Amino acid sequence: MRGDIFMLSAITVRNLNVSYHGNDAIQNVSFSVSPGKLVGIIGPNGAGKSTLLKALLELIPRDTGEIQMNGKGISEIRKHVAYVPQRSNIDWDFPITVIDTVLLGTYPNLGIFQRPKKKEKALAYDCLQKVGMGDYANRQIGELSGGQQQRVFMARALAQQADIFFLDEPFVGIDVSSEKAIVNILKELRDGGKTVLVVHHDLNKANDYFDELILLNKELIGVGEVEKVFRSEILAKAYNTQFPFLKEMEVQM
Amino acid sequence: MSFIDAVFQYGFLQKALLTSTMVGILCGVIGCFIILRGMALMGDAISHAVLPGVAISYALGINFFLGAVLTGVLTAIGIGFVSQNSRIKNDISIGIMFTAAFALGIVLITFMKSSTDLYHILFGNVLAVRPSDMWITLGIGMFILSTIYLFYKELLISSFDSTMSAAYGLPIKWIHYFLMTLLTMVTVASLQTVGIVLVVAMLITPAATAYLLTERLWIMLYLAAGFGVISSVIGLYFSFTYNLPSGATIVLVSTFLFIVTFAFSPKHGLLWRTLKSKRKKKALVH
Ligand SMILES: Nc1ncnc2c1ncn2[C@@H]1O[C@H](COP(=O)(O)OP(=O)(O)OP(=O)(O)O)[C@@H](O)[C@H]1O
Ligand SMILES: [Mg+2]
Repeated sequence: MRGDIFMLSAITVRNLNVSYHGNDAIQNVSFSVSPGKLVGIIGPNGAGKSTLLKALLELIPRDTGEIQMNGKGISEIRKHVAYVPQRSNIDWDFPITVIDTVLLGTYPNLGIFQRPKKKEKALAYDCLQKVGMGDYANRQIGELSGGQQQRVFMARALAQQADIFFLDEPFVGIDVSSEKAIVNILKELRDGGKTVLVVHHDLNKANDYFDELILLNKELIGVGEVEKVFRSEILAKAYNTQFPFLKEMEVQM
Repeated sequence: MSFIDAVFQYGFLQKALLTSTMVGILCGVIGCFIILRGMALMGDAISHAVLPGVAISYALGINFFLGAVLTGVLTAIGIGFVSQNSRIKNDISIGIMFTAAFALGIVLITFMKSSTDLYHILFGNVLAVRPSDMWITLGIGMFILSTIYLFYKELLISSFDSTMSAAYGLPIKWIHYFLMTLLTMVTVASLQTVGIVLVVAMLITPAATAYLLTERLWIMLYLAAGFGVISSVIGLYFSFTYNLPSGATIVLVSTFLFIVTFAFSPKHGLLWRTLKSKRKKKALVH
């Protein structure tokens, strides 16, 4: 435990407050995440999970708060953070193929006036293979199912070769086997020292998937290792309801 | 005398041909970004908004490119300001701003010049292109094409996914206003060829035609430029031969290309789509 204090944290948030037109979405949230962790962000609908990710990326303004990643401000480290939003507000009829969409992931690491070359294209194809979408490389992006589209955006995030990953509900609409494959990819990233934050809905899987949890409902309800946070009495506070299935699980454990 | 003989013989026709070819390329290329970003209305707005600038330039005796670019960009900023600082949506803001600018332009021009000039500005008169206009058009063209070549990567990603672009630090607002400036310059360069009222057709129709034919942006850019050039050259031919306003003939040619593509495009065309689904239904019935 003491060692943690001396280790540089991957993400540090102090006193974060975010509101939309005067309505609070996030109140007084502080936490830190050490590098090489796979972290789940859970909480009910409207808890501010997506808002938290957007505020960390400074895609929306915050009222107060300090945010550091790898000891730097977000503007310095932006290019090393990959983000997959909950809903991409893109035009699905855009003239772009699946492989070219994944290739966009390499853009942040290319200089201005620089074009993606063979190396970048090979990387994009590898990432597409990893999410099991290699056969669809030359399809137009709108000609995929919702789950397939989600996997393509996952591949794009991988192609960015970032240090920190923000994934907002990456498993929604994804079938069981692809979900497993993606979870394994995320665990590989973590084992490679990357920090991965995942907004997640399905409480049943939360303790299999993650090392740590951030439990949110406007305020921070709990943060830390899964065993400490994933308890029915703490979850009940966030969701305002009882969790009988959890009690059974705890008995089994 | 045939059109081709006339081109060799008359300098004014050569200038017209060169200018309208460049305009065809520029409108096609910028048009692709305009329609992909859902800004077709913006194209219409900017083209009308240059009118007061043209009028002021006449009054001051300066080249009309200067004044036109100024009022075009000011209108783009005004549109953005109103829609971002109130509940007025973008299309409403566009409707308010460009009609105001256009009305102001009509009043100014009527005060200062005869109505024939207004007619030429509104509907184009490519056969009266002066050498200085031609050179300015070519210069603007080179500038725009090279910036699009250099910033292709950034234009692609910010048009496709503005969230990711912002997340990795692209200045998407600046890119928007930069494109608006390019759009204004293209509009001004097209004034004499197609005129204010019909510029929007040259921006949208060739790009939309290309959009029906490909799933890759760079191919779309080349195709749109190609359709723009074909429309300009054939339109110019009709304009010269039958003594018609060049703007109208050029736009009609590009509309014709669009209709043909709309019907026969291999993937998105009406004909093949209907045939394929009919065939499928038949196969299922038997
Ligand atoms: N663009 C917006 N404008 C105004 N209010 C917003 C906006 N986006 C979110 N909110 C509000 O902020 C709160 C938090 O929203 P957020 O999207 O962060 O929730 P979430 O935890 O991601 O929910 P979900 O599980 O449904 O994705 C909600 O009460 C929501 O109504
Ligand atoms: Mg959300």
